[in-house]
Amino acid sequence: MGDFLVWVIWFLAAGGCLASGIAVITFTNPFYSALALIGNLGSLAVLFLLASAEFLAAAQVLVYAGAVMVMFLFVIAYLGDRSEGVRLSGGPSWVRIGAVVAATALLVEVVVVIGMAAGDRLSDPADIQRSFGSPEEIGRLFLTDHLLAFEITSIVLLIAAVGGVVLGSRSRAEDELEEAEAARAGA
Amino acid sequence: MQGPDVLWYLIVAAILFSIGTAGVLLRRSPLIVLLSLEIMLNAANLALISFARLHGDHDGQIFALAVMAVAASEVVVGLGLIVAIARRRLDLDVDRLRVLRG
Repeated sequence: MGDFLVWVIWFLAAGGCLASGIAVITFTNPFYSALALIGNLGSLAVLFLLASAEFLAAAQVLVYAGAVMVMFLFVIAYLGDRSEGVRLSGGPSWVRIGAVVAATALLVEVVVVIGMAAGDRLSDPADIQRSFGSPEEIGRLFLTDHLLAFEITSIVLLIAAVGGVVLGSRSRAEDELEEAEAARAGA
Repeated sequence: MQGPDVLWYLIVAAILFSIGTAGVLLRRSPLIVLLSLEIMLNAANLALISFARLHGDHDGQIFALAVMAVAASEVVVGLGLIVAIARRRLDLDVDRLRVLRG
């Protein structure tokens, strides 16, 4: 009974994940796309939980569905109607067909490679303890075996924060642009 | 392991990655391209986590967390670029941003 319930939840999460993924790339309004991506990330968090990655599921909801998507929605709101009305897809139709063919080819390749290389080895997962994927285990590994990765991550985030501030601040070119517009409006 | 095998997780990850690829290749709005990139990164995360579960080893989960940090950084820089583009009154269309094209 418990196993059946897990299957049902898994299929709901996987279906929601794929459906909202398709919704993200088909909505013309970026606001709806961002909302669909929140659904996508939420269903992925459920899949993470079913694969015993408890800490990652929590981090997914907090970092992605929380922080990152809020930032996305703020930028979309800042852009206002400028973010809308962008062509759905550009180029002549063969470019579009090529893009779909490329994505499908990638899918087929990955599935075939998984099937060939892994085969039945994927069906017997290792036995794990109850604490697998808990914050305690992840935290211990981050401060012992993976300390270097942890520190590098902090530097990457710092650089990204500085880059965000630099990109978001006003530049001299923009000031000149605004002055020129003000002069034109005055004249 | 209760529920589906790792193979099922990997197939979902592969489909999700292809959806993201199609979004990046098809859509012209830089915002949607960034959102599709997020889908691709998350598909990779799902594969990493299912392999971590298969081998009963935490390394895949650690790597997935690093990917999350990189994705957050990428969003900050990408959105900063989009805001800068919008401030200069350029078109928000990746095909029309061709100043650097040789």
